Amino acid sequence: MSVIYLLLAISIAVALIFFVAFILSVKNGQYDDSYTPSVRILFDDEIVEEEDY
Amino acid sequence: MKMEQFYYDNKIVKKFIYATLLWGIVGFSIGLLLALMFLFPNITDGISWLSFGRLRPLHTNAVIFAFVGNAIYTGVYYSLQRLLKTRMASDFLSNFNFWGWQAIIVAAAITLPLGYTTSKEYAELEWPIDIAIALVWVAFGVNMIWTILKRRQRHLYVAVWFYLGTFVTVAVLHIFNSLELPVSFLKSYSVYAGVQDALVQWWYGHNAVAFFLTTPFLGLMYYFVPKAANRPVYSYKLSIVHFWSLIFIYIWAGPHHLLYSSLPDWAQNLGVAFSIMLIAPSWGGMINGLLTLRGAWDKVRTDPVLKFMVVAITGYGMATFEGPMLSLKNVNAIAHFSDWIIAHVHVGALAWNGFLTFGMLYWLIPKIFKTKLFSTGLANFHFWIGTLGIVMYALPMYVAGFVQASMWKQFNPDGTLTYETFMSTVNEIMPMYWMRAIGGSLFIVGAIVMLYNVIKTVRNGAKVTDELAEAPSLLKVSKYRQKGEGYHTWLERKPVKLTIFATIAILIGGIVQIIPTLLIDSNIPTITSVKPYTPLELEGRDLYIREGCVGCHSQMIRPFRSEVARYGEYSKAGEFVYDHPFLWGSKRTGPDLLRVGGKYPDSWHFNHMYDPQSTSTGSIMPRYQWLIKDKHDLSDTESKMRAMISLGVPYTELDIENARESMDEQSIKIANNILDIPDISNYFEEEKNYLGTDFIPLKEREIIALIAYLQRLGTDIKVVDAKD
Repeated sequence: MSVIYLLLAISIAVALIFFVAFILSVKNGQYDDSYTPSVRILFDDEIVEEEDY
Repeated sequence: MKMEQFYYDNKIVKKFIYATLLWGIVGFSIGLLLALMFLFPNITDGISWLSFGRLRPLHTNAVIFAFVGNAIYTGVYYSLQRLLKTRMASDFLSNFNFWGWQAIIVAAAITLPLGYTTSKEYAELEWPIDIAIALVWVAFGVNMIWTILKRRQRHLYVAVWFYLGTFVTVAVLHIFNSLELPVSFLKSYSVYAGVQDALVQWWYGHNAVAFFLTTPFLGLMYYFVPKAANRPVYSYKLSIVHFWSLIFIYIWAGPHHLLYSSLPDWAQNLGVAFSIMLIAPSWGGMINGLLTLRGAWDKVRTDPVLKFMVVAITGYGMATFEGPMLSLKNVNAIAHFSDWIIAHVHVGALAWNGFLTFGMLYWLIPKIFKTKLFSTGLANFHFWIGTLGIVMYALPMYVAGFVQASMWKQFNPDGTLTYETFMSTVNEIMPMYWMRAIGGSLFIVGAIVMLYNVIKTVRNGAKVTDELAEAPSLLKVSKYRQKGEGYHTWLERKPVKLTIFATIAILIGGIVQIIPTLLIDSNIPTITSVKPYTPLELEGRDLYIREGCVGCHSQMIRPFRSEVARYGEYSKAGEFVYDHPFLWGSKRTGPDLLRVGGKYPDSWHFNHMYDPQSTSTGSIMPRYQWLIKDKHDLSDTESKMRAMISLGVPYTELDIENARESMDEQSIKIANNILDIPDISNYFEEEKNYLGTDFIPLKEREIIALIAYLQRLGTDIKVVDAKD
């Protein structure tokens, strides 16, 4: 069953990576605004050529 | 802050759309062929590369990695550019990702039917293809991270987090589960054995579901559902909680695939506990997805895109409710090995992955081809026939699973099994197999209608070109260290770099320290009577792997009275120490084979492989006549044994020297046992007279090695009657 220690180590390593990413993202202000991002994605940046009517 | 103009790469999205549609139809069709084989087992009689055992992994791989894989890339390449307001960082990597992935799929479509398989579920591809997968996946990840670095939008929308989580975790899982020792160009042995291999495999297998079929699709859900409904996601806060809680919990749930197996109890219970917890983030996400449509339900009535998405998210909710329930040991005792699991995975695959992909494509295709969908009516037809197909597929399979599992466990008052032959439990559920095939057909009809609709739409549409867009540049914070800024403070504002460093550090440390210990430790057999396979049995085992027997036959007797009565003494962990790879299986379309050794004479196995229906009336096992016709290629035996030695199997140099002799001796014995039957020996006499010098003696044919292996199975610790 020794392989379980490998899996535990990897799983914890992956979890740690995500944990660090989480702390950093919070520190960087990724989640300071929890509303605007949801609306922002609804706007397109593509330049639409105006059609003549 | 100045406005910058740039082009979105739509051509790569278009390529992935085409690949998704193509492989989707291929994957579904192979599934239908397999469903038909339950009804007409010999529908592809005599064609080894179209046999059930070889096509099953092709079906699962085609659906998971070809259909869903290309759908993921389609959605990611479209949404990532727009979420980050920049073009993909490298067109070369984008195209390398596309062509590399398609090449891998083609390689899979060739090698799997030819019998090149590791037998580990959803990781069947052999080692050269495994390496290719790792390379292409890393190219995808590098391209994604590079694009994130170039972004014009500092905030990373929740979908991007899901994509990142997917990339990191799948890479780690794939690498560790695929550690194998090559014997030849397309043959390798897993470095893990028995229980260890099972645990790594299902740690991988479960997370393939979690991080390939779930997290990337949740990312797609968080982008495409709000876009299609033109409503912001119900709660952005919830989506953040959803992401972080889901990825932290998911990775621990794997052992629930091994309940009541020879895996230690504490590991099983750990898996159960985390599986139960998973319901919270999963349902949080589902509710968030559905409530995004608040105030837009009138649109759901008319817009096929939203209809597909609603059923997809509902399917996700059903599958993620069922998952934790199936992880409960008492529920699992019934459902495991039965068609219930087939129903469960198909609700996930057909509804969640299939319908979300369809919804996404119906929305995306008109958009990038700058036209309207050719026919909303046909899309609605697709929706309804697809939904009906899912219901007609899943419900009969639930019934089949429950009925059959109950029959397996039924006892007479005198303590004997009520349904003593396995066949009687199969006969009972044949109508369900019919309904499943019909349900699957309906789903495919829907997909073909979609293909037609898409072709028409594309014909009406404009040529797909790079799309001009405009966004303000990001205010630059110098990427270099500022005066007085410490190295780590600087690193901290480079999250990607930091993540990569941390990963590399941890992985290298882990590999260096743990793998050697692991390999040495796992070599210590705990049951002294358990001996390595003889060379012939080892070769026979490789045939068992090649033919995909593990797809229908388990080798894991759970410690239940009903299973011990039916199959024999329950499995012990120590029995599998030389099994590279493990062959416990996950489905019993046929009976368990762990204790089949010595149960029938050699000639019975011979007749059974020649024509299963002749030995078991009504059997749905196909014929394996090529095993009886073909000469067995034994040229690699010595290198196989050497590989096994490196993996810790205690063969000696003497064993290897004597391998030929030992194989000869054992095969002559088995061949003679078979030729004792007059009918069979007459047949071979006739063949010999007819073929002359081309005749291959029976002892040199593949069937002999397979019988040697089958007769060995479970005999090492077979409980002997007191009389003997």
